[in-house]
Amino acid sequence: MATTTTKKAVTATHRIPNKGRLGTAATLAFTFDGQTYAGVQGDTLASALLANGVHLVGRSFKYHRPRGFLSAGPEEPNALVGIHRDAARKTPNVRATVQELYDGLTAVSQNRWPSLAYDVGAVNNIGSPMFSAGFYYKTFMWPKGAWAKVYEPRIREAAGLGVAPDLADPDTYAQRFAHCDVLIVGAGPSGLAAAIAAADSGQRVILCDEQPDIGGALRYETGASIEGQDGWTWAQAAGASLLSHDNVRVLTRTTAFGYYAQNMVGLVERVTEHLAHPDLTTPRERLWQVRAKKVILATGAIERHMVFADNDRPGIMLASAARSYLNHYGVAVGRNVGVFTANDSAYPAAIDLKRAGVNIAAIVDIRDNPSSALVEEARALGIEINQGRTVVGTDGRLRVSSMTVQAKSGGPERKVAIDALLMSSGWTPSVHLFSQSRGKVAFDEPTQRFLPGTYAQDCISVGACNGADSLQATVDEGFAAGEKAVRSTSASKPKVDKGETWGGGMLGAAPGSGPDQIVKAFVDFQNDVTAKDIRQAVREGMRSIEHVKRFTTNGMATDQGKTSNLHGLAIAAEVLDKPIPAVGLTTFRAPYTPVTFGAIVNHAKGDLFDPTRRTPMHGWEEQQGAVFEDVGQWKRAWCYPRKGEDMHAAVNRECKTVRTSAGLFDASTLGKIEVVGPDAAKFMELLYTNPWAKLEDGRCRYGIMLREDGFIYDDGVVGRLSADRFHVTTTTGGAPRVMHHMEDYLQTEFPDLDVWLTSITEQWAVIAVQGPKSRDILRSLVDNIDISDAAMPHMSVREGTICGGVPTRLFRMSFTGERGFEVNVPADYGRAVWEAIWEEGKKYDACAYGTEAMHVLRAEKGYIIVGQDTDGTVTPGDAGLDWAIGKKKTDFVGIRGLTRPDLVAPGRRQLVGLKTKDPKTVLEEGAQVVVDPKQPVPTKMIGFVTSSYWSENCNSSIAMGLVEGGFSRIGETLYVPMPDSVIEVEVCKPLFFDEKGERLHG
Amino acid sequence: MVEAVAITAKRRGALDHRSEAINGVSLQPAKPARRVSLRVRSDGLAPLSLALGLDLPSKPKTSVTANSRSALWLGPDEWLVIDDGEGDPIADLAGVSVLHSAVDVSHRNAAIIVSGEKAADVINAGCPQDLGLQAFPVGACSRTVLGKIEIVLLRTAPDTFRVECWRSFADYAFSYLSDAARGV
Repeated sequence: MATTTTKKAVTATHRIPNKGRLGTAATLAFTFDGQTYAGVQGDTLASALLANGVHLVGRSFKYHRPRGFLSAGPEEPNALVGIHRDAARKTPNVRATVQELYDGLTAVSQNRWPSLAYDVGAVNNIGSPMFSAGFYYKTFMWPKGAWAKVYEPRIREAAGLGVAPDLADPDTYAQRFAHCDVLIVGAGPSGLAAAIAAADSGQRVILCDEQPDIGGALRYETGASIEGQDGWTWAQAAGASLLSHDNVRVLTRTTAFGYYAQNMVGLVERVTEHLAHPDLTTPRERLWQVRAKKVILATGAIERHMVFADNDRPGIMLASAARSYLNHYGVAVGRNVGVFTANDSAYPAAIDLKRAGVNIAAIVDIRDNPSSALVEEARALGIEINQGRTVVGTDGRLRVSSMTVQAKSGGPERKVAIDALLMSSGWTPSVHLFSQSRGKVAFDEPTQRFLPGTYAQDCISVGACNGADSLQATVDEGFAAGEKAVRSTSASKPKVDKGETWGGGMLGAAPGSGPDQIVKAFVDFQNDVTAKDIRQAVREGMRSIEHVKRFTTNGMATDQGKTSNLHGLAIAAEVLDKPIPAVGLTTFRAPYTPVTFGAIVNHAKGDLFDPTRRTPMHGWEEQQGAVFEDVGQWKRAWCYPRKGEDMHAAVNRECKTVRTSAGLFDASTLGKIEVVGPDAAKFMELLYTNPWAKLEDGRCRYGIMLREDGFIYDDGVVGRLSADRFHVTTTTGGAPRVMHHMEDYLQTEFPDLDVWLTSITEQWAVIAVQGPKSRDILRSLVDNIDISDAAMPHMSVREGTICGGVPTRLFRMSFTGERGFEVNVPADYGRAVWEAIWEEGKKYDACAYGTEAMHVLRAEKGYIIVGQDTDGTVTPGDAGLDWAIGKKKTDFVGIRGLTRPDLVAPGRRQLVGLKTKDPKTVLEEGAQVVVDPKQPVPTKMIGFVTSSYWSENCNSSIAMGLVEGGFSRIGETLYVPMPDSVIEVEVCKPLFFDEKGERLHG
Repeated sequence: MVEAVAITAKRRGALDHRSEAINGVSLQPAKPARRVSLRVRSDGLAPLSLALGLDLPSKPKTSVTANSRSALWLGPDEWLVIDDGEGDPIADLAGVSVLHSAVDVSHRNAAIIVSGEKAADVINAGCPQDLGLQAFPVGACSRTVLGKIEIVLLRTAPDTFRVECWRSFADYAFSYLSDAARGV
């Protein structure tokens, strides 16, 4: 538990006056594990803690070993902390090396109990032989029963580092799609040079960088001078100049995390993470989806650590990180610093620190005869250089206190007291995005590294990520790529006066940490993988690096092995006695660094998670106290409970009222398609089983649509408005797919037909007025349509006006079995017309009814609902709808499917009615139907209940079901076994009310 | 169909009472308009253009506007005709005998006028199209997406767009654009 008591602020003991670039910036107060510290504007949390002499910031994942800062950037595997803004804003696993400091920042350490300094979990370190590679797969195998009860819960508890926030995220996030001619990833010298070359063209350029400032490695490379200025100053001026171009967008604090197909690159911009008091209306992060004509990858290189015994103690870090802390933030990472290296890159760190007044205890260089200007410079400064030697161990519980030096060939050991240890084994080009673009990396034998090889997309890698080893080369490559991307440039190439170089180094375990030594030489800090684990994986039979990776979890933490992959690979290759490329490289996957769910979800949360569709009458329904149900994206009134009514009572009343007087029903969501053209009838003949050619204008027909396989796909009433115009209705849920189905057949199978389809679902609000009084209600409202039974019989449609001039398509049709109308009016008039009908209906004690009453009423009449009484395996014959198939028709979609042997075989499941012996018992939809409930399990099931309701009109339960050979079982008794009883049912025709169907006609 | 002038029933738009101005971007419901979904093959373009009083565009993603009427190219045989003035394109097309399909979709769609310097950025929060003035100049139109819905987008001025969507999606579209405007 983090202590919340605030102690006295500690002064920044390790900030060196006149070093770094933060100067006299404002002082910021922040806390880490309850202790208050001071930092300055421009610090990261890491640099501010280091300025206060704090190295211990976390505990490792598996062994709970004390850990400090390895890096000064996004590759950080160790220094993961929680940042707590308030109760709801607790972000776990934030890399302290990336988090910018703001006043009042609250950070807490993770993976420790009770405190960072005294962590009970550290017992895992002592018991570490138990936790060797693959321990997950072995240790928890026995006893079997313990897995679910003991091991899994315990592992889940121990797994992961930070704690996920438990309140809803109050922040907002944004998204932006952007297009550009050139996207440049990385604003170091190479990316900047590319941007300078491309900017002048007037073409659209986006330059992004994950850091708050542009400049890249110039942040610490004090040896750089460009255009007569030191590198960093030049970079800032170049950035300012780019901003003056309207065609250039510079995005800092923006990580390109994923490279997708056709040059789509995902960026995440951290908009407010660095602010003390973010404006709540400003998005916290913005996801950019950039489609670029050309991508220039200038992603640089990441320094690798040395792999040696106990290389993970707080205070042991990358040489370039120490330089960043010194040269940019003005922070010395120690007072007595050791260096362990396999190349030249650690020397400038030692030199910079020495010049800043920090003692360099010793440089240990595994090379036998290092010779370069840098080595000579270090020597001239009086720094002790131990060449041909290695570090075989370190001491210090919560902070490194010494390093043990030995000749590579063994021999006497010497302990050197230190309080920080800088290391470098060379640089790994950042080919992550290149690899994500599906480019193939190639192993460069002389330099022992993977470089971009074969490109799969229109992109180019420049600078250190492409293997350039000097400032001059990175600027050259960047500028040339920028110029090429825009074809020609009038800008002149930045002149490099002097610059640093990098290169060389080693892969794998350092001498002294080889196969013979039982030591913890960490390869992957975040997942606690040691060189020994990788060797063991190979010994246990893993040959592919993909298997080694999964067995050891090397590179599988959130840092994705930015510092560890190459070391792991080299160690495996050594044990396998194979060259590195023969062992292979694991795949790089997005995201490059972790991306919040918030950024990915962005606008799509809350009300915007998914569209909510409301009908034009929705507001009225709400006012009437309707209870709504979701039907796809639609909100539909389920029923209208009155005061004192529960929903059952409401539905019973609504069902009764419709059959005694009338009811109003909002049917606007029904799919509607206007089929227009001289071949409209011909098209309808092909898409529906029914005949249409002879349907008269102004008449309607119930149509069934099949799929090619003969099964029912949709149904609905179709009205013929004129010879060349049909008004087709579909089910609510089927509207989009039926439209697509029809359009698909029209375009691919019947392109010669002169007919077009237009969705008119939302053009028309639909008010169903159903019941014996429906005509009386509408009579006074309809302007110019004769709605008498003689002039407008059941299944007819008329065009005219209603309510004083509102255009209407008035259907005489019924889904209740009563005399009924469906009033279609243009959607904006839906509510007004509904209200007018309602006022009229009140005179007849009509009610509004919802979807549940509609379901009951139609079931009383045995009308099917596609998708409820059918499941995609039901033919018209199975549903008792053979009459809807045009007997003389020679073609329609599904006609051949209907003749398949299985579809005409006896014993098919057929739709029948089911009457419970006890009329009060209501069956459960989905319940199975059996012949013999006493048959031992597994009982043979011959069907199931598809629709079941209480019918107030019948004063009994009613149900329909699909039952094998159902039509021939009429009168038979079957059984519906339930968990607590067996319900006896009698098979009947699926028709429970007004069997003669006289009410339809009034 | 012809809508009588003296309709007494109250007309309620999908976006009545909604209006926002955030970060210099204005979101307003468009005024009621008559709309026709027009389908015709290329040989029928001339007589229909004559009847409509504008040349139906045949270049993808372009529109033609004459007075209060615009015709938006949506596909090789598909146009959306919008008239927010007194004209009635359905009536104008009624007498044309050339093979075509004209369907009244006046109420099917609702429209939002998005204007302001950052109008394109706001729409690009949910629409993946390139809305740079070169790629999508004034008069350009497209049937595309906004977040999770389909829209028809028309640029009416360098900093003004008309976003058309189906009526029941208008609420989502408006809220999406509001949320986007807060985030630009």
